[in-house]
Amino acid sequence: MTADFYYGIEVVLNGLMAGVLYALVALGFVLIFKASGIFNYAQGVMALFSALTLVGIMNGQIPFAHLINSIFGTHIHHFGWHVPAVLAILLTAGVMVLLAWCVQRFIFRHLVNQEPIILFMATIGLAYFMEGFGDLMWNSEIKKLDVGIPQGGSFWIEDMTSGLGGDAFYGFFIDQLDIVAAIVAIILVIILVAFSQYTKQGRAMRAVADDHQAALSVGISLNFIWVLVWSLAGFVALVAGIMWGAKSGVQFSLSLIALKALPVLMLGGFTSIPGAIVGGLIVGVGEKLFEFLIGAPFLGGATENWFAYMLALVFLVFRPQGLFGEKIIERV
Amino acid sequence: MFYREAGDFKTSYAKDSQTFPIKFDRWRYYLVLAVAFLVIPFIINDYWANAVFLPFLIYAIAAIGLNILTGYAGQVSLGTGGFMAVGAYATYKLTTAFPDINIAIHIFLAGGITAAVVTLFGLPSLRIKGFYLAVATLAAQFFLVWLFNKVSWFYNYSASGQINMPEREVFGVLVTGPNTQAWATYLFCLVFVVFAGVVARNMTRGSLGRRWMSIRDMDIAAEIIGVNPLTAKLSAFAISGFFVGISGALFFSVYLGAVEVGEAFGINKSFLVLFMIIIGGLGSIFGSFAGAAFMVLLPVLLKNVLVGGMGWDTALAAHLEFVIVGALIIIFLIAEPHGLAQLWRVAKEKLRLWPFPH
Repeated sequence: MTADFYYGIEVVLNGLMAGVLYALVALGFVLIFKASGIFNYAQGVMALFSALTLVGIMNGQIPFAHLINSIFGTHIHHFGWHVPAVLAILLTAGVMVLLAWCVQRFIFRHLVNQEPIILFMATIGLAYFMEGFGDLMWNSEIKKLDVGIPQGGSFWIEDMTSGLGGDAFYGFFIDQLDIVAAIVAIILVIILVAFSQYTKQGRAMRAVADDHQAALSVGISLNFIWVLVWSLAGFVALVAGIMWGAKSGVQFSLSLIALKALPVLMLGGFTSIPGAIVGGLIVGVGEKLFEFLIGAPFLGGATENWFAYMLALVFLVFRPQGLFGEKIIERV
Repeated sequence: MFYREAGDFKTSYAKDSQTFPIKFDRWRYYLVLAVAFLVIPFIINDYWANAVFLPFLIYAIAAIGLNILTGYAGQVSLGTGGFMAVGAYATYKLTTAFPDINIAIHIFLAGGITAAVVTLFGLPSLRIKGFYLAVATLAAQFFLVWLFNKVSWFYNYSASGQINMPEREVFGVLVTGPNTQAWATYLFCLVFVVFAGVVARNMTRGSLGRRWMSIRDMDIAAEIIGVNPLTAKLSAFAISGFFVGISGALFFSVYLGAVEVGEAFGINKSFLVLFMIIIGGLGSIFGSFAGAAFMVLLPVLLKNVLVGGMGWDTALAAHLEFVIVGALIIIFLIAEPHGLAQLWRVAKEKLRLWPFPH
């Protein structure tokens, strides 16, 4: 075995880890899409917003400090306390539930029965709104998010594997954060699946996803289910926000991972939770391998920006409903 | 009272099928054209040209293009920014390769090249629909921006990776480069806008437009009654691409002069143009103009009021702009999904009867 071969494996492993993070974002999309037929473009911004809120609460920032200072000419910025990570995460989860309620109450209740594409555009509007709102509330500078997740390369794995490929190979380099993210993602998926299979609310959620009117006629409150689903998506966004925020800082580019989640969804199918995971892994591995084998040597690099989309595009031409999606049936 | 068709008799087929069948509308249209061509060029200055009129005119062309694709043919595109970049880079390559040919011809050619590229990216629309297609156009957006960044042939191997527009003249008057005069650039863009508006308006009310709309409303039903989805969809992509390409070409050559592709033609540009047609009105040429005007004027207004008037930070004003734009999109979708154009239509209906109740 040559060192190149092991580098290839390392690329695949790192791709898998990145794919888990894509899958985390894609999960939030699938949840909302299944229950309400809304394709929520704002999922990425929700991740950004939750991460911003988390950092803001932990550091004791005063919300809208910038705005208040501009209007009243004051100079406030911090409360001067630090909130422990666990409490801050709980508080942020509360904020996300509140947000879910607001979104349902003020936006999508008024858009019931509209065409999917109108709903999609409404979520684009929501994304813009939340982006500006988050920045107004917690200001837009890049922040560090530290909730105590270990970071940096895992020396243990590196030491274990350094003997494999001869002298030129130094062992697999895998970020500890990615490993934690993968474990969290797996736990999250198990919780979500268990929730939707074994609890009363979960069953109601699946009933709504199946048929709105039938669910309504057996006494399930659509409003409640939609708030529940948006809250769940908010939690998933929070987890994704924590992971991505810890990885690359809390900043605007965090919201762009939503765009990366789109091809993941198209590969996996919009309605399938396992599909989101598998799609995420395929995209993660695919783009890293493509960059390693073809992009960097021949095309000048940075192919990660578009590879996922092209992959999804080519894939869709052959299978329009994605890997695990339900077959699209159209009637006149 | 003022606005009515009583006494406006049509005595020939040509009169019956003209663009503005009501006399009042027609005169209003002539008046707008007269003001645009004969009054504004004499009073325009650099600030008004650069802050308001040039972006408005150029975005109006882009909005017409996207409206044909999204509003009339129902194919959502999130790749407008990338397609505008094609127009810009095509103009740059053409005008540096053939400097003696008139820039106006180059801009039309750039529109043609963009039409070809957009049609290519429109091919998947024959298989996939709705937001699947929207995501496919995102592929175009990211791929094109990457391409213009990485392949140095497109920017003539310049060290900065930027493209810079050389000075070009039309009828002996400079229209591009740093030494232009406000009225010249304004008139140059205006000619293209009028061309785009007239062509688009007549296409969309003809048989081609009807085919697009039938595809939008239900493509399977349209196919059954004899509309060929291949030609209908691809013609929408091509014609939309042509206008978007012209708009990108003007945006680069006349308005900005120097362009870095990721900054000028990024994903935000795609959303901006999409917002224009949502707010202005999907499926309406007037809506494209109204939306472009709205989205160009709103930031200028906010900036003048908040930064100039109240002394706020520019960053803060920018954040507030995001909030307002996002809220407006949602409010429009809830209250008036057909946008400003529909408000205008309703106002016209009211004016027909005013001041009588029935």
